[in-house]
Amino acid sequence: MTSTTPSTGSTSRAPVRRLGDRLFAGTSRGAGILIVLILAGVAGFLIVQAAPAFTAPRADVPGGHGVVAYIAPLLFGTALAAVLALLIATPLAVGVALFITQFAPRRLAQGLGYLVDLLAAIPSIVYGFWGIAWLAPRLTPFYAWLADHLGFIPLFAGPASVTGKTMFTVGLVLGVMILPIVSAISREVFLQVPSLHREAALALGATRWEMIRMAVLPYGRSGIIGGAMLGLGRALGETLAVAIVLSASGGIVTFNLISPDNPSTIASNIALQFPESTGIGVNTLVASGLALFVLTLAVNVLARAIVNRRSQFSGAN
Amino acid sequence: MAKRIDVSDLNIYYGDFLAVADVNVSIEPRSVTALIGPSGCGKSTFLRSLNRMHEVLPGAHVEGKVAMDGQDLYGPDVDPVDVRRQIGMVFQRPNPFPTMSIYDNVAAGIRLNARKMKRTELDDLVERSLLGANLWKEVKDRLNRPASGLSGGQQQRLCIARAIAVEPDVLLMDEPASALDPISTLAIEDLMTELKERFTIVIVTHNMQQAARVSEQTGFFNIAGPGQPGRLIEFNPTEKIFSNPDEKATEDYISGRFG
Ligand SMILES: Nc1ncnc2c1ncn2[C@@H]1O[C@H](COP(=O)(O)OP(=O)(O)OP(=O)(O)O)[C@@H](O)[C@H]1O
Ligand SMILES: [Mg+2]
Repeated sequence: MTSTTPSTGSTSRAPVRRLGDRLFAGTSRGAGILIVLILAGVAGFLIVQAAPAFTAPRADVPGGHGVVAYIAPLLFGTALAAVLALLIATPLAVGVALFITQFAPRRLAQGLGYLVDLLAAIPSIVYGFWGIAWLAPRLTPFYAWLADHLGFIPLFAGPASVTGKTMFTVGLVLGVMILPIVSAISREVFLQVPSLHREAALALGATRWEMIRMAVLPYGRSGIIGGAMLGLGRALGETLAVAIVLSASGGIVTFNLISPDNPSTIASNIALQFPESTGIGVNTLVASGLALFVLTLAVNVLARAIVNRRSQFSGAN
Repeated sequence: MAKRIDVSDLNIYYGDFLAVADVNVSIEPRSVTALIGPSGCGKSTFLRSLNRMHEVLPGAHVEGKVAMDGQDLYGPDVDPVDVRRQIGMVFQRPNPFPTMSIYDNVAAGIRLNARKMKRTELDDLVERSLLGANLWKEVKDRLNRPASGLSGGQQQRLCIARAIAVEPDVLLMDEPASALDPISTLAIEDLMTELKERFTIVIVTHNMQQAARVSEQTGFFNIAGPGQPGRLIEFNPTEKIFSNPDEKATEDYISGRFG
């Protein structure tokens, strides 16, 4: 705990520090170290368990073409589903947050705020059931229409799925699932915008929307990105909702969002395959988990970088 | 183009609380009008009601009439956004946009008004506005740096530059020099003297010498006691207010006998 004050001879003047400060510094440092240790432990476990999959003969790995060929389509499917969800959820979430904080009358805003928080607490299995039992069947005519009329766009090349268990449905379900988180965090930062800045814009003759563009959105930018990343993290790691909704076939890579043949995602694939796997199969699944771990880490680093790049303009200083 | 403002029977409320009562005053174009008075007597509140910034706060509203060149600013078909584009404002506390550069802060109002302007023209205007606010020399080498990196006094001058860049008809300034050193204060006062050729200027100040130096007309606000509304006690030519005021309260306040 005293490691920051160099314990040298009588000439050095250790800064005077209160017991409370020292205790607090000690506990928070301890917590920080603990988090790093846990992370390192998880990473270590993944690496050790995944190693055999990399050294094993390629034919022994499920799929028969080696571990990279096994994981790559899964990684692709994971990223595709998550990005789709993010593209759907973020604009909506920011819109909802803006409505709640800037436009709705106070009573309504409060109610809506609670509702959004409540949505964030619904377990993902519920979203999964909703997706498969309610959403998917209602989307099939829409998919057929897309395949007929917009089939020249690779995204909608078809053939259209008749069950609705497509990547697009998964994107929608995941989007709805992460919307409350992104929205709740955006709402919090929008509420933090000092009224001084909002009034500065209004006094220049800004309309409400111009004021939002000048003062609220730029100020809330890092918060929106942070919320989106949290949502992306949840979408990347979502297991059950995807496992229920998606009709996946192993080993494909396609941008076709509405066909019955879709790449699976890492988390749902692990959930579905793990009970029946043994030996190298288990190691391969752990290796895919390691890939997900790295992807999530990379996404977070990227988000940090985006936020930091303009941190001097964040309004936090 | 400078415009005159006529205020009649103005009552200003925060919810149920009557903050300022019964203001009747005419503000002359092409002149500086100073508002003085003790803290909490409603100077800022009155100033904000002139460009309809008061009603931005929930529950805040006014009764009475404010007319600019005869047009009722609170008329049923008047858009407050238009009012604020014609009546600029510098706030009591500096509020540059922290997410924008110094340059963008000054240009913000012009971009809002969607005036098409060539880059060089805009550069000129930004330079002129910053020169006017006596800030140009300090920031000309870092126009693209964030405005939040400026000192408090520099931020206040940036806000002045931002307000004058759009060339409003009327400029409201709420203690624009309270955070400034004597040199910048003097520069701002020179700026007001220069601007009043074109604009109508209303300033709130706690600095009697400043009011005496820059203004043609002075209004003295006072408050009878806590919870009471502030009132405009006296409004007269500045010379008269400072030499021979009509009201005893004005004289007491100016000579520092209360306040
Ligand atoms: N947002 C607000 N909500 C409720 N009451 C307010 C609000 N702002 C100001 N008031 C009240 O209105 C009255 C006038 O305040 P105002 O800020 O106009 O005073 P002022 O003359 O500008 O004072 P100062 O010289 O200290 O700036 C005060 O009693 C104050 O408490
Ligand atoms: Mg004030």
